[in-house]
Amino acid sequence: MTARIGVVTFPGTLDDRDALRAVRIAGGDAVPLWHADSSLQDVDAVVLPGGFAYGDYLRAGAIARFSPIMDAVVDAANGGMPVLGICNGFQVLTEVHLLPGSMIKNEHLHFICRDQTLRVENAETAWTSEYREGDEITVPLKNQDGQYVADERTLDELEGEGRVAFRYVGFNPNGSRRDIAGITNARGNVVGLMPHPEHATEPGFGPDSVEGGRTGTDGLAFFTSAIKGLLANA
Amino acid sequence: MATILVHVMPKPEILDPQGKAVGSALARLGFAGIESARQGKRFELTIDGEVSDAVLERVREAATAVLSNPVIEDVVEVTVVEEAAL
Repeated sequence: MTARIGVVTFPGTLDDRDALRAVRIAGGDAVPLWHADSSLQDVDAVVLPGGFAYGDYLRAGAIARFSPIMDAVVDAANGGMPVLGICNGFQVLTEVHLLPGSMIKNEHLHFICRDQTLRVENAETAWTSEYREGDEITVPLKNQDGQYVADERTLDELEGEGRVAFRYVGFNPNGSRRDIAGITNARGNVVGLMPHPEHATEPGFGPDSVEGGRTGTDGLAFFTSAIKGLLANA
Repeated sequence: MATILVHVMPKPEILDPQGKAVGSALARLGFAGIESARQGKRFELTIDGEVSDAVLERVREAATAVLSNPVIEDVVEVTVVEEAAL
C-alpha cells in the first residue's frame, strides 16, 4: 500500500511529467489529473507543477486558478490534504489565496535558470518532514516571474509563525523579499516554492553535487515526506 | 454598445521592474527630461447594451477580483467611453 499523489496538468503546464516521475521514484502512485475535471480521483495529495498555465496571460496563475479542478483542490487543501505548488503551481496557489503574497517579474527582468541552494526553514510541513531544519539543499530554479512579494505585515506574520519554509542561500536570484523561496500555510499541508524539487530526484538528471555531475537528488525528500506522512496517518 | 476602460497599475510600494527598464531605456535613447516610468495594463471591455450602475458595479467587481491582484496591483481607473471615442 502506498500513497496516491495527483499531478494537475493545465494548458501550458511543462513539468507535469517530471512531477509524476518524481512521485514514482519516491515510491508513490502517480495520478495524472486534468484541469477541466472536477474530480481529484481519490488522490491523497496534489502537486501543481511548473510551466506557463494559460501562457501566464493576465498574470501567472491568474486564469489557471479558475479551472474546475481548482475548486476541488481548494476544498481538499482546506480539509488538510497535502498540496504542493512548484513555480507556476506556487503562483496558482497565491492567486487562489491558499498562500499569501504574490510573484512579480524578477528584479533583473531576465529569465533565470540555475542550480540553487536553499535552506529548509521549516521541517514540519507535509512536504518537508524528511528534512531537518537548517538543511541546505540544491535544486534547479528556472523562472521569469519569481520575485516573491507581500506587504510587511504579511512578511512579519510569515516569519513569526515559522511559515517561511525555504530561503535562498548565498544568492537571491530574483529579488524576493527576505530571500523567501517558499512558504507554507499555518497548518503545514499547503506548501509553495519557486525552485523545482521534482527536477532533483534521479541520479543522472539532477543538479551537480559533490558526488559528480547531475547526481543531485536533494528534491526527493519532498515526495518521500508526503508519502510517509500519508501512510502514517492512514 | 459602449466600452469600459479598466486601468491597472502596480501598487506604488511594489517595485515595477518593467517600468524601471522602460525608464532607463528612455534615458539611454536620449529622451531627456523623463524622470522615471511605471508600466500598467489597460483593458477595453465591450459592453452589450446600456452601461447601467449595475453593469458598472459588476465591472468594478471583475476588475478587483480577476483583472488585478490586490496584493500587487491597484485598479486606478474605470471609465465608460462611447465606441466612437476610442
